[in-house]
Amino acid sequence: MSESHGHEHPGMAHDEELGYYARRVRAMEAVLVEKGIVSGEEVERLVAEGEARTPADGARIVARAWTDPGFKNRLLADAKAAVAEMGYSESESLPDVVVAENTDGVHHLVVCTLCSCYPTWLLGRPPDWYKSLTYRSRAVIDPRGVMGEFGLELEEGVVVKVLDSTADVRYLVLPQRPAGTEGWSEVELARLVTRDSMVGVSRPLTPETVVG
Amino acid sequence: MPGVHDRGGWPTDDPIDQEEHPVMDWEVRMSALLGALRGKGLMRTDEMRRGIESIDPSRYESIGYYARWAESVESILAEKGIFTREEIDGKMGELSGGAG
Repeated sequence: MSESHGHEHPGMAHDEELGYYARRVRAMEAVLVEKGIVSGEEVERLVAEGEARTPADGARIVARAWTDPGFKNRLLADAKAAVAEMGYSESESLPDVVVAENTDGVHHLVVCTLCSCYPTWLLGRPPDWYKSLTYRSRAVIDPRGVMGEFGLELEEGVVVKVLDSTADVRYLVLPQRPAGTEGWSEVELARLVTRDSMVGVSRPLTPETVVG
Repeated sequence: MPGVHDRGGWPTDDPIDQEEHPVMDWEVRMSALLGALRGKGLMRTDEMRRGIESIDPSRYESIGYYARWAESVESILAEKGIFTREEIDGKMGELSGGAG
């Protein structure tokens, strides 16, 4: 078998390949435009929409769930419907989104072993490590080791649940609200919510890291 | 033996590379193009997956994420008769010729 997976760079290919795919994609787009299947403006609009999506969107949702128990319940019961209340709606029939709540006893970690499925419309583009063959292999057999590499050491008694995304279901982790944030507003809380904490490889920031 | 895409539990002790590569224009373009095709019902998620999972195993491992997308979109749209691979080859030559 190939040994190439030892040093792969997800999203990064050889220079030659990059040039090839850059030209190939440009050619596909040009042919599709000529045939009237897509328009350049449409692609431009989608580029702009894609760029506008960032982990700040997921962070707003998490902060709302931390401050509004009713919203949290709705989010855990039907995430798509709940986030639509905040203006995050998708016209396309995108895969379902399930929000998994971390507690004192249970910690969730999200992976997509088969592909690199990710809730892009709530978190923006997935990081390269999420798409790497190494993460996809190891997250399911050595989740604690993986989390350790990201600096997250869970206590012995905490149950780790690994959520493997599919073409039909994407996951977002609802991390635990950090201690010492009593009385914080949603906007203040959202600053603590990192992308990695919503994938489950780390905890949210602590108040000390953002204050002063 | 699982397919090359089915990575869960593949033996490896390699650490996870946490370095991010700068996003390239063509990757953003690829992503938007897929969005447009999805919106028109021309590329469904299951089709996208099938296209990716049909990539030659050694190629699958050597190319990046968005390159797999490009391979998948091209093969699925060619299969549907939306365009032919020859048309893409031709356009690619035309664009390179024009730029050179």
